[in-house]
Amino acid sequence: MMTLPMGLAQREVFGRVVSALADEDPRIVVVDGDVASSTKADIFEKAHPDKFLEMGIAEQNMLGVAAGLATTGLIPFVSTFVAFAVVRPLDQVRVLIAQTGANVKITPSYAGLFTGSTGMSHIIVDDLAIMRDMPGMVVIAPADDVEAEGALRWAAQYDGPVYVRLVRDVTARVFEPGRPFEIGKVAVLRDGSDVSLLSTGTQTPRVLQAADLLAEQGVDARVVHVPTLKPLDVDGIVEAASTGRVITVEEHSVLGGLGGAVAEVLSEHRPTRLDRLGFQDVYPESGTNDDLLDLYGLTPQKVAEQVADRLRR
Amino acid sequence: MARPDLSFDDAEIAALEETARQIRISVIEAINVAKAGHLGGPLSAADILTALYFKIMRIRPEEPTWPDRDRFVLSKGHSAIGLYSTMAHRGYLPVDELLTFDAVHSRLQGHPEMTRLPGVDMSTGSLGMGISAAMGMALGASVQGKDYLAFVMLGDGECQEGEVWEAAMAASRHRARLDNLFVIVDENHLQQFGWLVDREGSTRLVEPPHAPGQLADKWRAFGWRVLGMDGHDMRDILTTLRDAIESRQGAGPTVIIAQTVKGKGVSYMENDYTWHSKPLSPQDYATALADLGAGTGAVRQ
Repeated sequence: MMTLPMGLAQREVFGRVVSALADEDPRIVVVDGDVASSTKADIFEKAHPDKFLEMGIAEQNMLGVAAGLATTGLIPFVSTFVAFAVVRPLDQVRVLIAQTGANVKITPSYAGLFTGSTGMSHIIVDDLAIMRDMPGMVVIAPADDVEAEGALRWAAQYDGPVYVRLVRDVTARVFEPGRPFEIGKVAVLRDGSDVSLLSTGTQTPRVLQAADLLAEQGVDARVVHVPTLKPLDVDGIVEAASTGRVITVEEHSVLGGLGGAVAEVLSEHRPTRLDRLGFQDVYPESGTNDDLLDLYGLTPQKVAEQVADRLRR
Repeated sequence: MARPDLSFDDAEIAALEETARQIRISVIEAINVAKAGHLGGPLSAADILTALYFKIMRIRPEEPTWPDRDRFVLSKGHSAIGLYSTMAHRGYLPVDELLTFDAVHSRLQGHPEMTRLPGVDMSTGSLGMGISAAMGMALGASVQGKDYLAFVMLGDGECQEGEVWEAAMAASRHRARLDNLFVIVDENHLQQFGWLVDREGSTRLVEPPHAPGQLADKWRAFGWRVLGMDGHDMRDILTTLRDAIESRQGAGPTVIIAQTVKGKGVSYMENDYTWHSKPLSPQDYATALADLGAGTGAVRQ
């Protein structure tokens, strides 16, 4: 199996990039829900103490404050965990941010399984489904540190609400440093003709490795990374179906996230046999990162096994 | 930047009282056409809204998104028609447009919608949120070295929402940069349904949202400067707001608990919680207009 270089943790990218952006743009501020040392917003706090607004453990208020700040011309980035940025203050995100088109950047880390052994209260695997369903919300799940930086820089210059799903721990790098981020475009990372594997977020490097394992078995898999769940690259997804077989893989529920989005696109535009790998309508549990990836079938080996199994069916 | 002159005399008080009366009439007319909407809350808030929009706030109705304007957030968003009527009489929109309230394609949605009507500083309706947004506006002024003020009106029932107290606690921690934040609680002592005390025949008797005096204690405990006023006495409203603004330096965030009467100005609505939201019969409508002296006096634009 191919080895990929390890990148920076996406949360580290968040702290560094937002701090660097604020060096150039006085409009950038951070609101934090008492987790800056976890999300690495503490890098920003050190560099820009007057622009760092600690809101304490009160996320409903924090998202509301962010909306108010945005109306004054500032660009607030939200520092908390995914669970406490998406579902805890869901109505504030809906009414004050999505419905108003507020220029708020919801940029939590601790996405998916890598949450430091916290269990199902902290691990949320339906955030993409929830945020994707909000009119006006841009939804991005970067594959690695390079794409995370690109997405954060893109979000800063875009006028409107953006959700960027970031990961706590170090993950593999798939993109060349400095690669510019393009909103709403899939990236074909590996060509292949037997099956198209579509993935999003930091599951993509593991799918790339799974494709390598499949090649050893004679399966020629195309790997298509979908960084933007909204806006969705409909043409890119339809094109991916030209292999005649599509399998989505995500560190997320198969309901409403990438699998759901691809099912919608294919059934409307190009009916194609589709399988969806990811959380099968279950809540996760706590454990080490590796054990959890294995348990939920998201390691390269487990993905390769499931793909081979589905192709036999 | 200079603030509006906050001095006033008896003639100006009389003029503002007349404006508030016209605003109440507009509320009744709009609700009568829409056959929907809230009544008790807009009527309890009308005098305070009049004072803010016609005297206290630094605003430019002809330039509703002027960056240096004072902000106002109607956190008790169900009183939307009260806000729209006030804004209409102040010149933000034609008074006739009030009759489109709640209709499809109207800028005057059932709850305030900032993307449709310029001059609405925040969309609200889901209770408890407006105070957070206003706090963000006030912090935004501080971060950018601006001197505008942020006002937000809450209902007393709304103060049962947890977010209100999240905001109250956080604002206190940022007190050094939030002497530009003014919360006004419209304490009209009723909410939509409330807690049953007793039942006399078909009439439910209910407890107020907060026990007498407790609202002030709660805000004080959260570290706020707490003031009180009679929310229907124009002289008291102007005096309290003027003094609060002029003494703000170093005071931290301020809350003003306004004692009001739900349904104020319409005899049968006053202090009757069932008029929180209810369509008007033709007889109700006629009585309401008569109570408010409709057809008399001059409309103040």
